[in-house]
Amino acid sequence: MSTPPPAIELRDLTRRFGERAVLRGVSVTVAEGTTLAVLGANGAGKSTLLRILSTLLRPHAGEVSVLGEPLPRRGFAVRGSIGYLGHEPLLYRDLSGRENLHYHARLHRVSSTRVEELLAAVGMRHRADDPVRTLSQGMVQRLAVCRAVLHQPRLLLLDEPRANLDPGAAAIVAPLIGREAGVTRVLTSHDPAGALTEADTVLGLRDGRCEFVTEPGQVSPTALEGLYR
Amino acid sequence: MSSYSRGLRGLTIATVATIAAALALVFFYAPLDADQGFIQKIFYVHVPLAIVSLCGFVLGGLFAVGHLRTGDRRWDMRSYVAIHMSLIFTVGGLITGSIWAKASWGHWWEWSDPTLVSYLIVFLLYATYQPLRFSIEDPERQARYASVFAVVAGAFVPMNFIAVRLSQGFVHPRVLTLTGGRLPGSMQLTFGISLLGIALLFATLWKYELAAKSTRMQLRRLRRAVLGEDAVRPLGRSAAPS
Amino acid sequence: MRTVLTVLRKDLLLELRTFETLPAMILFSVSTFVVFHFALDQSTIAGQLAAGVLTATLLFAGLLGVNRLFVAEREQGGFDGFLLAPVDRSALLVAKAAALFIFLVVLEVVALPAFALLLLGPSLGPPLGGVVVLLVLADLALAVIGTLVSAIAIRTRARDLIGPIIALPLLIPALIATAEGAGPLLAVHGHTFPEGRWLLILALYDLVFALLAYAVFDFLLED
Repeated sequence: MSTPPPAIELRDLTRRFGERAVLRGVSVTVAEGTTLAVLGANGAGKSTLLRILSTLLRPHAGEVSVLGEPLPRRGFAVRGSIGYLGHEPLLYRDLSGRENLHYHARLHRVSSTRVEELLAAVGMRHRADDPVRTLSQGMVQRLAVCRAVLHQPRLLLLDEPRANLDPGAAAIVAPLIGREAGVTRVLTSHDPAGALTEADTVLGLRDGRCEFVTEPGQVSPTALEGLYR
Repeated sequence: MSSYSRGLRGLTIATVATIAAALALVFFYAPLDADQGFIQKIFYVHVPLAIVSLCGFVLGGLFAVGHLRTGDRRWDMRSYVAIHMSLIFTVGGLITGSIWAKASWGHWWEWSDPTLVSYLIVFLLYATYQPLRFSIEDPERQARYASVFAVVAGAFVPMNFIAVRLSQGFVHPRVLTLTGGRLPGSMQLTFGISLLGIALLFATLWKYELAAKSTRMQLRRLRRAVLGEDAVRPLGRSAAPS
Repeated sequence: MRTVLTVLRKDLLLELRTFETLPAMILFSVSTFVVFHFALDQSTIAGQLAAGVLTATLLFAGLLGVNRLFVAEREQGGFDGFLLAPVDRSALLVAKAAALFIFLVVLEVVALPAFALLLLGPSLGPPLGGVVVLLVLADLALAVIGTLVSAIAIRTRARDLIGPIIALPLLIPALIATAEGAGPLLAVHGHTFPEGRWLLILALYDLVFALLAYAVFDFLLED
C-alpha cells in the first residue's frame, strides 16, 4: 500500500530580510493529517515560517511544497485549502462579526449557511451583529477561528492559537482547530509543554536555523532549553 | 573585479576626450548667435543634459521592468543608479534652462515654454524616488516598490511631454530655439559632439557607481563568509539598494 | 468581477458605518472655497480663474480620500485577509479605484453647487453637462492614479506624506486638461461643452494609466 504524499515538504528553506537570514536551511516533512509543532524563542522565525506556508510570503531559496503544489509558483492553487490564524484576527473593527464573516465567505465562495453554523458552534450568535471593536479579546479570537476554518481547509496554520482564549473558549474552538478537526496542522507556541502534547512532530527553531526535528517523546530537555537561551 | 569595471578606463578616456573636443568646438568653432549673444552657448550644455537625463529616466524604467520580471536585484541597482544620476543631470538641465530663458526673454522662468514646463514636472516626480525608497525598510520590498515607481514614472515621461505640448498647441509658444529652429551645419556638429560628450559622461558615471556598489557588496559577502554572519554590521536604513 | 463587487461593497459599508473619509473631503472642499474667497479678495470669479480654483480644490480634496483608501487594510489586516483568498489580486485595484471614484462623484455632487453658490459668477446651469463630462473623466484619472499611489504609499513609513508628493506630478497633465477644458465653460457667456481636445487628452490619459496600473499592481501586493 503506497503512502499518500506529504502535506508539507520543506527542503532547505531560506528567507532573508535584506542581508540577514530570517530562516536558513529549514527542512521538514509533515504527513497528511498530522500535527507539527514549531518551537522557538521570539524572533526565531516561527511566524515567518507559517506565513511562507500560507503563501503570504515567498521563499527566497530552497523548495516548498504544500498539499502537493510547489510554492510560490502554484500558490493560487492551494490558497483555498489553507486556513491561517495569525496574531491579527484579520477582522474589520467597525463591521460586525457576521458582516466580517460574510465578507470572507464571499471571497472564498462559501455559502452563508456555513457562517451561521460556525457562529453557533463558537457560541457567538448573540453578539454576531455587534461591531468587532466592542467585543472582548476572547470573542474576537473565536471569530478569528471561524474566519480561518470558514472554507473547510485541508491545512491549518495556527500561530499561537491559545493566545487570548480562556480554557472554556479553548474547549469551544477545539473541534474546529484542535486534533479532533482531523486535518493537517502546523502550530507555533510559546508553551512547549502544551505544544508537545498535541504534536506528532516537533521542529525546534533558533535564529532561523532548524535545531531539531523529532517526535515529541524524543525531545531532550537540554535541546529544548537551548532554543530559548 | 566587478564586471562593471571592465572597459571603464577606456570609457573614461573617451569621455574626457569628447568633452574636451566639445568645449573646443563651443568656444572656438560654433558661430555666435545674432539675437542671444554669447550666453546662447549654454544651449550646447542645456539641451544635451535634458535629452540625456530624460533618456536616463526611461532607461531606469526599462531596468526596472527587468527587475520585476526576473527578481534579480542587480537590475534594481542599475535602475537606481540610472535614475538618481538622471536626477542630478536634470537639476543641471533646469539650471541651464533657466539661464538660457533669462538670456532669451529676460526672466529666469518661462511658463509658456512647454518643454521646460514638462521638464519641471518630470523633475518633481523623480525627486520623490529617493524619499520613497528611504521610507521602506524591508530591502526587498523597497526594491520592488521602487521598480514599480520607475516603470510608471518612465511611462509618464513621454506622456507628460505630449500632454503639455497638446495643451499649448493653439497659442504659439515661446520655445527656446535658435534662428527659427533650423541649425546651420557648424552648430549641428558642435551640438552633436556635445550630446555625445554628455551621454558618455552619463555612461561613465553610471558604470563607476555600479562598480563601486557591487564591489562593496562583494566585500560584505566575503566578510560575512569569513568572519561569520554577526561580524558584519547591517547597513542602516538607506535609499540605495544593497 | 464578483470579487470586485465583494470588496467594493465592503468598502462602501465601512464608509457608511464610520463616515471617516467622505464628510472630511466635502468639508475640506467647502472650507477651501471660503479660503479662496478671502485669498483672492473677489466676490465672484469666472472663466479660467474659476476653472483653476475648482479643479485645484477638487484635486486636493481627492488627495484626502486617496490617503485613507488603504488605511483599514493596513491597520486591520485587510491585506492579509484578501491575499489569503483564492481570488484574482488585481480585483483589489479595480474595487478600490471604483470606491474612490464613487467618493469623488459624491464629493462633486455637494461641492459643485457649493462652488456655484459661494464663488462662481456666471450661472452653472447651461454648461453643467459639459462640466460633468469633464469631471467624470478627471475623476477616473484621479481614481486610477490615486489608488496606485496609495497602494505604494501605504506600506511606507511616512505614508501620508509620500502619497501626495508622488500623486501630484503624475496628475498635473490631467489637471491641465481639466482646468483648460472648464475655463471657457465657466466664463461669462461661455461655451456649453468643452473642446474635444481636452476630452481626448483625459480619455487617453485614463486609458494608459489604467492599463499601466493593472500591469504593475500585482507586484505591489506580493511579498
